[in-house]
Amino acid sequence: MTEIVRIENLHKSFGPLEVLKGIDLTVDSGETVVLLGSSGSGKSTLLRCVNFMETPSEGQVSLHGELVGSENNGGMQYRERELCKLRTRIGMVFQHFNLFPHMTVLGNVMEGQVTVLGRSKPEAEDKARQQLERVGLADKAEEYPARLSGGQKQRVAIARALAMDPDVMLFDEVTSALDPELVGEVLKTMRQLAEEGMTMLVVTHELGFAYHVANRVLFLHEGTILEQGEPQKVLKDPETTRMREFLEGHSLFKLPD
Amino acid sequence: MVEWNFLAVLSDIDLLLLGLGNTLVVTALALAFGIPLGLFLALSRLSTIRPLSVGSAFIIEFFRTTPPLVQLFWFFFALPILIDVRMTPFIAAIVTFSIQSSAFFAEVFRGGILSIDKGQWEGAKAIGMTYGQSLRRIVLPQAVKRMIPAFMERSIELLKTTTLVSTVAYADLMFQANDLAQKTFRPLEVYTVVAVIYFLLIFTFSQISIAVEHRLARSGESTVR
Repeated sequence: MTEIVRIENLHKSFGPLEVLKGIDLTVDSGETVVLLGSSGSGKSTLLRCVNFMETPSEGQVSLHGELVGSENNGGMQYRERELCKLRTRIGMVFQHFNLFPHMTVLGNVMEGQVTVLGRSKPEAEDKARQQLERVGLADKAEEYPARLSGGQKQRVAIARALAMDPDVMLFDEVTSALDPELVGEVLKTMRQLAEEGMTMLVVTHELGFAYHVANRVLFLHEGTILEQGEPQKVLKDPETTRMREFLEGHSLFKLPD
Repeated sequence: MVEWNFLAVLSDIDLLLLGLGNTLVVTALALAFGIPLGLFLALSRLSTIRPLSVGSAFIIEFFRTTPPLVQLFWFFFALPILIDVRMTPFIAAIVTFSIQSSAFFAEVFRGGILSIDKGQWEGAKAIGMTYGQSLRRIVLPQAVKRMIPAFMERSIELLKTTTLVSTVAYADLMFQANDLAQKTFRPLEVYTVVAVIYFLLIFTFSQISIAVEHRLARSGESTVR
């Protein structure tokens, strides 16, 4: 297995608050890794450190074995240009979609390709239409985002990220802002991506998705990885009390069998 | 009983029209320089580089809080003493109103940029855009749409403020009116006509501005999601 993302001894503080307290994690090609944890556990921050939406306070991140940034007397130094280039290789999907409302769906999916990667417009349009097809929204290409449902917006956001041909995709609670009946279509798209072999790092509260799709589940608690392993093991037979409590909280109102 | 006689004014209406032309030239040039300069000041003020943001904040506040007439006199009478320039009324007018309006436009730009949801910056950043690309392609196009009413408002203010240039003998509409009033001994008719010209000009502008505003409101661009 080729290693795509490697995170070593990652720390992140916001002022006096240390959110991540030394995380080590590698994600291999084609793997889907799900990060679980209660709010404030640091799972979103960890995800955002992978593509440097947040700059780590300490520790190192590598993509394809290449260290991001350069070492400079003990600390790490990052240049903005290098980070921009890095982000073109890491797709990210957000909780609130962050689509560009002044552009059509097609425009949204073409934008990064044209402005950042310098692809020609016809080439970018072809690629954009392919990706919209892939998420099942080929017929919405000419619409503006305001006319789409939440689930459709999120699938456009996924297409926008995919159009950059990323090595890995980051999903940051992408179904949390959706009406319950729209969650399924987004999870289905993500599952399909996982099955096509996309490398994915997913922060979610959807335990069903973790159980059925993830190769590996990590449980974060107070900035450290408390437990990790295959979903069937971690979700069914957790080792720590904290993880057990977390799972119970999620299944309090399960329908009777 | 006062007798109204517009004949004297109307026979010399070309003088007033010349002044109107000069008024429009000063306004247009002040806008042409003031808007880009305003964007530059706004970006500087928003910058994380401290000397830059403090410096531009100072310039903006200084020109917003001093009377435009003082600024105009300063550039016309005081600046030539400090440095070796030959100030004409025209140049003093352009310099004063470009900088003065840029200070106001800077605040309009800043407000517009800050009103854009930070998710838009993040969305742009996540596909690898630089700060400049995010600003140019994503943030400004949305911000400018929201700023149009404020821009129109400021431009109208500017047009009115340019009457001050008559005090340094620049032949704008107001200056020509003073001239004509003295020549014809008909201040009543002259200033009435001038008021009507300003009214028609600005009323038309503001009607256009209202129409644009309505159209923007109807297109109902929701910018957050």
